[in-house]
Amino acid sequence: MDSARNGFDPQAVEAIATRLRAQPGALMLILREVQDRLGWVPAASVPIIAQVLNLSRAEVHGVVTFYHDFRHEPPGRNVVRLCQAESCQAMGAVTLAEHAGRRLGIGLGETTPDREFTLEAVYCLGNCGCSPAMLLNGEPHGRLTPERLDELLAECRENRR
Amino acid sequence: MSTTVFVPRDSAALSLGAERVADAIMSEAARRKADLKLVRNGSRGMFRFEPLVEVATARGRIAYGPVTPADVASLFDAGFLSGGAHRLGLGPTEEIGYLKRQERLTFARVGIVDPISLDDYLGHGGYRGLARALELPAEKIVDEVMASGLRGRGGAGFPAGIKWRTTQQASAARKYVVCNADEGDSGTFSDRMIMEGDPFVLIEGMTIAAVCAGAQQGYIYLRSEYPHAARVLDQAMAAAYRRGYLGRKVAGSAHTFDLEVRVGAGAYVCGEETAMLESLEGKRGMVRFKPPVPAIAGLFGQPTIVNNVVSFATVPIILERGGEFYKEYGMGRSRGTMPIQLAGNVKYPGLIEKAFGVTLRELVYDWGGGTFSGRPVRAVQVGGPLGAYFPADMLDVPMDYEAMAAKKGIVGHGGIVVFDDTVNLARQARWAFEFCAIESCGKCTPCRIGSTRGAEVLDRLANRNERAAALGLLRDLCDTMTYGSLCALGGLTPLPVLSALRHFPEDFGLSADDVAWTG
Repeated sequence: MDSARNGFDPQAVEAIATRLRAQPGALMLILREVQDRLGWVPAASVPIIAQVLNLSRAEVHGVVTFYHDFRHEPPGRNVVRLCQAESCQAMGAVTLAEHAGRRLGIGLGETTPDREFTLEAVYCLGNCGCSPAMLLNGEPHGRLTPERLDELLAECRENRR
Repeated sequence: MSTTVFVPRDSAALSLGAERVADAIMSEAARRKADLKLVRNGSRGMFRFEPLVEVATARGRIAYGPVTPADVASLFDAGFLSGGAHRLGLGPTEEIGYLKRQERLTFARVGIVDPISLDDYLGHGGYRGLARALELPAEKIVDEVMASGLRGRGGAGFPAGIKWRTTQQASAARKYVVCNADEGDSGTFSDRMIMEGDPFVLIEGMTIAAVCAGAQQGYIYLRSEYPHAARVLDQAMAAAYRRGYLGRKVAGSAHTFDLEVRVGAGAYVCGEETAMLESLEGKRGMVRFKPPVPAIAGLFGQPTIVNNVVSFATVPIILERGGEFYKEYGMGRSRGTMPIQLAGNVKYPGLIEKAFGVTLRELVYDWGGGTFSGRPVRAVQVGGPLGAYFPADMLDVPMDYEAMAAKKGIVGHGGIVVFDDTVNLARQARWAFEFCAIESCGKCTPCRIGSTRGAEVLDRLANRNERAAALGLLRDLCDTMTYGSLCALGGLTPLPVLSALRHFPEDFGLSADDVAWTG
C-alpha cells in the first residue's frame, strides 16, 4: 500500500488537477491534494499540473518550493514531526531532537535508509501547553521525554511486523 | 436516565491520551452495563488536568483529572457517574480557581458544549449575535464592532471596526470574508482551541461579517499543522449548511454566505494577511505592498474583511450584548478580554481569558505557578517568536497594547512562553534570526538578507577582537530590518534580539554599557 502511496502516477495527478482546475486558487488545492495523497509532490507532476492550469512550469515549481509541507521526495513509512519552536525549546525540544536523531541515525529533514522513519522539524503545533510536542503520523503527542519517544518509535516498528 | 460524560477531543487532550481514556470509559461502561452518553468536548484549557473527564450531575459538572486508562475502573468503583469522591476528583469544574478567576467571553462555551452539535450551540446562546445583526442595517453592525473597541487579536491589534467599515463602504460586485487561522506563533493555541472546541462561534462571527459587508463567500485559511481542527470545522460547517446557517438564505434572511476551509502548507509568513491572500489565490505566500489594504483590494483584488479566529469568534457576543458591554472590560485603549496562552516551562500551562490589564506576574505565578522544572523563572517571551523577552524582574507590565509597547514589547496573539534559568538568551536571539531566515518570503531585502547576516553577526560577537565592529553592525542591521521590512516578520525579528541584548547582556559576554544603545 505504501509503495502505491509513494509512487508517482501521472494519470492520478492529472485527474486531481483536472477535477480542481476551476476552483479559485486551484494550484494550492491541487498541490495540497497531491501531497496528502502521495506524501510528496514529485517533480514530474509539475509539468502535468502546469499544463492543466495553463501556467508555466516555473510558476508551479515556484509554488511547490515555497511551502515547507511539499516534500520533494517520498517520506518514510512513519513521519515524526518534532516541534522545535520556543515553547518546546523551553522544555528541552532541542535535546529531544538530538536524541531522536541519534536513535534513528538521521538528522532533521532526513529519512532512514530502510525508509521506516522521516524526522522533521516543525515550528509550532499549537500544543504549547504540553511541550515538548510532536505529531507522529498525524497524531499529537505531548509532554514528551526521550523515553516516551523511544516507546512510540518502538510501537511504530512493532506495527510493521 | 443516561449520564453524560465529557472527554475532550481537543488536540492537547488527545496528545496526552484522551482517546484511550474515552475508549476505556466506553468499554468499562459496556462491561458494567452503565448507561452513559459520551460527549467529546473541547478543552477547558487547564492542561495539567488533561485528559480531564467531566460528569454532568445534579450538582453541575464534576471534574476528574488527569485521567489515564488505568484509572477508569476505579472511577466507576468510586461512583464517578454521580460525582463520587476519587483521588483524581477536582470537584465542580466551574469552582476550580484557575477557571473561576477568568473572564470568559470569547471562550464562554469552549470545553462546555459538544463542538459539532448545532443544537448544543443554540442551547448555549449561539446565533443570538447573528439574529441581532440581521435586524440591523450594515452601518449599525459596524457601529457595534467600533463601540466594542475590538482590536485584531491576531497580533497587529488593528481596530476591527475600521476594517469592517472600509469593506462595508466599498462598492464591488464581489466581496470576501477571510479568517486567518494560520496561528503560527509558538506559545499560542487559542485559535486552535476555538476551532476544536466551539467552531460555530467562528462560523457565526464570519457570517455576521459577511452580512455586514455584503460578502457571499468566506474562506478559513487553516494551517496544516491543525488536522484535528480541520475535522471539527468540516463537521460543524456541514451541520450549519444542513440547518440553513450557511449557504442560501442564511438563518432565513436574504443573505447568501458560503464558507470553505483552505488548508495551508507550512509557511509561517502566511499568517501575514497579504501573504495569506496570495496563498489563497494559489500562489507563493509573498507579502504584498500596502496600500491598497485588503479591506479595499484583498482576495482576488476584491474588498475583503480579514480577521483572526479569536477576533471573529468575539463578534457574536459583541452583537448579542452590545459593543458597550464588551468595552466595559479592559484598560486604556485595550478593550475587552484577551485569551492568553501560557506555555513553555511553566507548572500550570493553559488558556486564560482575562480582561486586558492582567500582569505578566499574575499570569506566570498566580496562574502558572512558576516553572515546571522548579527552577527560577529567568525570561518570559510575550507575543510569539517575534515578541520580546522580559526578565523576571520586569513582569509587572500589564497585558495592554500600549503598556507593552512602552516596554518595547508586543501583546501579539497573546502567547506567553516561560523559560527557567537554564536558558541562554544569546542562543534565543540567534534563533530569532534563524527562524526569520527559514520563514522569510524573500520579497524584501532587509528580511531576506538581514536574517542570515544577523545570525552571522551574533556569532562574531563571540570573538573579542570583532566585538565593537559587530555591535555597530548589529545595531545598524536591526534598524534596517525594523524600519525597512515590508511586513512584521522582518520588522519585528529585532524585537526578541534587542530585548535579549538589553536585559541579558551577560549571555552574550557583554556588559550593560555595551548594550546601552538598545534603550
